[in-house]
Amino acid sequence: MTNPELVIRKAVWKGEEVDLLVADGKILDIIPSSDAMYEGAEVVAARGYLLMPSLTDVHTHLREPGFEYKEDIASGLKAAVHGGFSNIMCMANTSPVNDNAVITAEMLNKAHAAFPNGPRLFPVGALTKGLEAKELSSMHDLADAGCVAFSNDGVPVKNTELFRRALEYASDTGKPVIDHCEDPYLELGAGMNEGAVSSLLGLAGQPDVAEAAQVARDLLLAEYLDIHIHLAHISCRKSIDLIAWAKKRGVKVTAETCPHYLLLTEEAVEGYGTDTKVNPPLRTADDVEALLQAIREGIIDMFATDHAPHAAHEKEVEFMVAPCGISGLDSALSLTWELVASGKITFDDFIRMWTTAPCETFGLPLNSFKKGDVADFFLFAPDEEWTLSPETMHSKGKNTPFLGQTLKGRVISHFLGGKKIV
Amino acid sequence: MEWRHKDLLDISQLSKEDVWHIFETATYFQEINSRPVKKVPTLKGHSVVLFFAEPSTRTKTSFDMAGKRLSCDTFSLAKSSSSLTKGETLKDTALTLEAMNIDGIVIRHWASGAAAFLAERLDCSVINAGDGRHAHPTQALLDGFTLYQEWGALEGKTVLILGDIAHSRVARSNVIMLTMMGAKVRFCAPRTLLPPNIKSWPVEVFSDVNEASKGVDAIMCLRLQLERQQAGLLPDVREYSRYFGLGPKQVELASPNVKILHPGPMNRGVEIDSALADSASSLVLDQVASGVAVRMALLYLYLTRKK
Ligand SMILES: [Zn+2]
Repeated sequence: MTNPELVIRKAVWKGEEVDLLVADGKILDIIPSSDAMYEGAEVVAARGYLLMPSLTDVHTHLREPGFEYKEDIASGLKAAVHGGFSNIMCMANTSPVNDNAVITAEMLNKAHAAFPNGPRLFPVGALTKGLEAKELSSMHDLADAGCVAFSNDGVPVKNTELFRRALEYASDTGKPVIDHCEDPYLELGAGMNEGAVSSLLGLAGQPDVAEAAQVARDLLLAEYLDIHIHLAHISCRKSIDLIAWAKKRGVKVTAETCPHYLLLTEEAVEGYGTDTKVNPPLRTADDVEALLQAIREGIIDMFATDHAPHAAHEKEVEFMVAPCGISGLDSALSLTWELVASGKITFDDFIRMWTTAPCETFGLPLNSFKKGDVADFFLFAPDEEWTLSPETMHSKGKNTPFLGQTLKGRVISHFLGGKKIV
Repeated sequence: MEWRHKDLLDISQLSKEDVWHIFETATYFQEINSRPVKKVPTLKGHSVVLFFAEPSTRTKTSFDMAGKRLSCDTFSLAKSSSSLTKGETLKDTALTLEAMNIDGIVIRHWASGAAAFLAERLDCSVINAGDGRHAHPTQALLDGFTLYQEWGALEGKTVLILGDIAHSRVARSNVIMLTMMGAKVRFCAPRTLLPPNIKSWPVEVFSDVNEASKGVDAIMCLRLQLERQQAGLLPDVREYSRYFGLGPKQVELASPNVKILHPGPMNRGVEIDSALADSASSLVLDQVASGVAVRMALLYLYLTRKK
């Protein structure tokens, strides 16, 4: 047997106290904990901590190039690694848009320069040139340059014929299309759910059918073309019912939801706090219930943060003027851990939603604590409390409605490819 | 009664007792408005800024006159709404006003929540003179005061609100005030001009204006923004006025002493028959007079509140 370079001693994995042995950046073995001596190995005492595979976020906005004042690749990855993530997929709505191989390469260079050992960046290429929803982007070029998926996130493709062709063309590259589902005519730039609260506040609302109508379109196309499609940030019961229907018919569909859709409702918007303005908007208690049920039943496949950092001055404005988005990388782990702690989802759901499903769906390196897996993992103190504040956040974006809240569960140290990063 | 509220953002912040107190105070000031010399020194040395980010001659003049009749110094800070599309401006406006050490600000703004935005950041009183489609509490209070002067009490009365309710801050604030004061409220409008969750409102909803008018004690017409047609919310103004406008037929169906209100400015012949606007049933000009008295009462109560 090779000698381990790193030994994590007496950490807990699935209820057992184990020693994790790492060599060559990979998992050598996991064995019942002992006091065995390992010649030349670095030994980390981890008693009392949970061993967790690093998380994968399939949906972030890192803002570089173009909007570095909101976030840059280095600050985004820093927030990611402190938040428990090893793999980050970043959306293409930068300036210039990531619709050509040069931009993709530059993003990857920046990521590597900031964090040579990870977290790893996996760019999502634009589905259409300039995200203008007029012409297909050069998807083969983008895939060769390192894009792992294509999306027009933020600017839905209204033209269904063009969207069909985009799905077909993308399928040749073997990379999935991620769709932000929103009927652009029903959305009215609202940033809040249409219903009781929007009526009370006198704000234009976006109805849940704006999302569900486009979900339905996408599912019908995916079935007709027999092509896999991934649906981003699902927020409401109507969409879930449609996805469940499609999955039953064997449609190749995967779907994600975000922590804020599980922990907040439209009532959070009362008081016009712009940190609650997201797209799709926060929905109702009934939608939250449907989402949790869908996670338990596997209808929703994975979590994503939809990390969308903005500068303070951009959010300190009238609600209708404010940009949409929550800065999510710093808090996503603790927020979703809360769902496990309160018994709303199981530990297995949690692991599937943050690691297995995203890695398998997008072909990213996965650590499932099997021999030979990449050694991406972190030590987690599940009961340790911390306060989400501008000081404790590593992202430049401090825009989150959870600011000031005491969260439970913290990353103690994070190892990527067997190297300690945090 | 000691006034303790700092800001007036919407009617929902007030209790029934608060509204009665405003009406009583306004009754007192109404009397001053009928004197030959319409000025008292009550608010001498106080200053109020009238910040109208959305044009409104009517409401602004009413506040200006209310302030001046109480010897309060009023300053206008009017900005064209186009220069306010950049959000920093509202925060900067707040900081500027804070630095001027004023006693109150009256704000009219196109964005729902703009008054709340200022109130959060300022120590002085903020009075909402209309924010987006959210609230228009001073209009609701003057409407209520007008009816109170007619009827003495609002309990048991039925008020029909007719027109573009979906986009109306006047309707929103009036529903809260009228139901709080014991009146019943009816809505009548095409479905495209009703709020989406209408079932949860404490109102009876009609799509037939004749049904809606039967036996009501007052009809409040709302101004139809003619752009609603381009927005695809109605086919044309002619059809609207025929099916949802107020005409003689509805007045016949209503209670014999029905009162007609309109927050102005009116589109004569669109939401209201021109002759009805000038008829004996019309309280449109009483509303204007009440407006000054109610706003005097509000400035007085908010600026001299117990801190
Ligand atoms: Zn999106």
